[in-house]
Amino acid sequence: MTITDTPPGGDTVVAPTETTSKLGDRIFGGISLGAGILILVTLAAVALFLFVEAWPTFGADPGEFNESFVSYVAPLLFGTIWAASLALLMALPLAVGVALFISHYAPKRIAVTLGYFIDLLAAIPSVVFGLWGIAVLAPILSRSVYPWLEDNLGFLPFFAGPASTSGRTMMTAAVVLAVMILPIITAISREVFLQTPRLHEEASLALGATKWEMIQQAVLPYGRSGVISGAMLGLGRALGETMAVAIILSPANIITVNVISNQNPNTIAANIALKFPESAGLSVNRLIATGLVLFFVTFVVNALARRIANSGFSGADG
Amino acid sequence: MTESVDTPISDVAVAALDAEIGLGNRIVVENLNIYYGDFLAVRDVNMVIEPRSVTALIGPSGCGKSTFIRSLNRMHEVIDGARVEGSVYVDGEDLYGPGVDPVAVRRKVGMVFQRPNPFPTMSIADNVLAGKRLNSRRINKSEAEDLVEKSLRGANLWEEVKDRLDKPGSGLSGGQQQRLCIARAIAVEPEILLMDEPCSALDPISTLAIEQLMNELKSTYTIVIVTHNMQQAARVSSRTAFFTIDGTGQPGYVVEMDDTDVMFSNPKQQSTIDYVTGRFG
Ligand SMILES: Nc1ncnc2c1ncn2[C@@H]1O[C@H](COP(=O)(O)OP(=O)(O)O)[C@@H](O)[C@H]1O
Ligand SMILES: [Mg+2]
Repeated sequence: MTITDTPPGGDTVVAPTETTSKLGDRIFGGISLGAGILILVTLAAVALFLFVEAWPTFGADPGEFNESFVSYVAPLLFGTIWAASLALLMALPLAVGVALFISHYAPKRIAVTLGYFIDLLAAIPSVVFGLWGIAVLAPILSRSVYPWLEDNLGFLPFFAGPASTSGRTMMTAAVVLAVMILPIITAISREVFLQTPRLHEEASLALGATKWEMIQQAVLPYGRSGVISGAMLGLGRALGETMAVAIILSPANIITVNVISNQNPNTIAANIALKFPESAGLSVNRLIATGLVLFFVTFVVNALARRIANSGFSGADG
Repeated sequence: MTESVDTPISDVAVAALDAEIGLGNRIVVENLNIYYGDFLAVRDVNMVIEPRSVTALIGPSGCGKSTFIRSLNRMHEVIDGARVEGSVYVDGEDLYGPGVDPVAVRRKVGMVFQRPNPFPTMSIADNVLAGKRLNSRRINKSEAEDLVEKSLRGANLWEEVKDRLDKPGSGLSGGQQQRLCIARAIAVEPEILLMDEPCSALDPISTLAIEQLMNELKSTYTIVIVTHNMQQAARVSSRTAFFTIDGTGQPGYVVEMDDTDVMFSNPKQQSTIDYVTGRFG
């Protein structure tokens, strides 16, 4: 059909099949190029919005707020990274363990059922996790776990106390975040573990590896970069999680590693959610500026993750 | 009751004796049936494999050569539902006896696969040491270096890779990768080496290198090789077993086993004659 569109003396006539496949190529190429550009444009638009809206904060009269932007954002930044790191610390080993159980240990039926429930966990809205954290988890932890931690491990700065009686602590928030990011890390790890080439598993077994040794030798190295990607997706979600943290945490404007007390650094996202309704004028600009900081942190985390994932020999290129 | 049952048992006794006086590890296979779930893939194998020599397994594809060779180091059972009935004696000890740990069996009986499979995340040296690290986690640096050199020399690969031992094994050519896999297998000092079509993915020059290597290795190891290439069987082996199958869904079985030159010049069974003369698919 394109032949009729060809102006006389223009392109030479080509076989119709070739034309259509070329056309298909061009359409598909156009769509993917468009999608790529769209992503970049969206990202640029968000960044631009953040910059423009945040700008007034930095140029503001120092008398406007009773503290500088840096001292305002520092505890929030710390709280964000602290909460997300704690969550990742708890979730990652568990997720890798569950993923290995599903991919290499569990009988097929159990593996499928378990995988299904974990995927279901990912579909629960974060506000529900927040409510569960405050209504169920916080009372349990504050009654039985935090006093014990304070009494027995109180010499560590993390458990210095005084233990919160409401349970609205950094630890509770981190546990909830860990549960939230568990499914994504598990799902991605399970997929890469299942993709380990049979060839490499058998190579290891034939050398006299036990199942666990085979996993260490063949499965984990092969899945390493996939697990890191999963962990980073999880970390990204934990860094940006808003509702659950806003509901659970009892915030204060401090920096502390104490995870069981009532005085906790808030996170950037939860702080925005809490403060935004009551803010006006420059306060809004300041909140957006903290959002810009979060945006930046996420970028840095992703870049670091990419570095880690790409270092060493990749299992996937063998 | 009958002779056919008595004979293999005395084979076992002889093999045990041989092993004791240092003549090497004769493998005695008795009434071996090999299953995938309910599917009987190979039936009733009785076979004696001589120590310190190369034994070739030939036969049309699908007749169960891979299945059989994998049952000699208990790799068969790593497949879901796969199982074995019967016995395989090495040193007079049944590999399938009660209480025998398959992991220990695999350390004694090494295996090289059809497709070269070095660990892609490991360097060449680490690949060679992979099996050794399983046995004894702590090997000091000079011991490790010696073992890497010795094994790579044993696999005729040392000269080609000695300058890039810390580079990934996946960067080597197919033939070099396969020799790396052989080095990895012999680094744990197995007594027996199983090779399932080790050259089928390789070019003729690499194939020649591996055949030469087998010639050297047979003074130390008992080697069993599956090959679809009859010239190769004739070149490298001293004994040959011919497997066949009566039709799809039927179990494979051993037609006959004899000295390789007899098998290729003067076999007893008509189906062997048909196969070795190329009259059979
Ligand atoms: N993993 C498996 N599961 C079920 N059946 C299998 C499996 N591997 C091989 N078989 C069957 O066992 C028979 C023998 O196969 P194989 O040992 O691979 O033959 P060969 O190596 O001689 O070509 C074939 O019928 C094949 O379909
Ligand atoms: Mg085969």
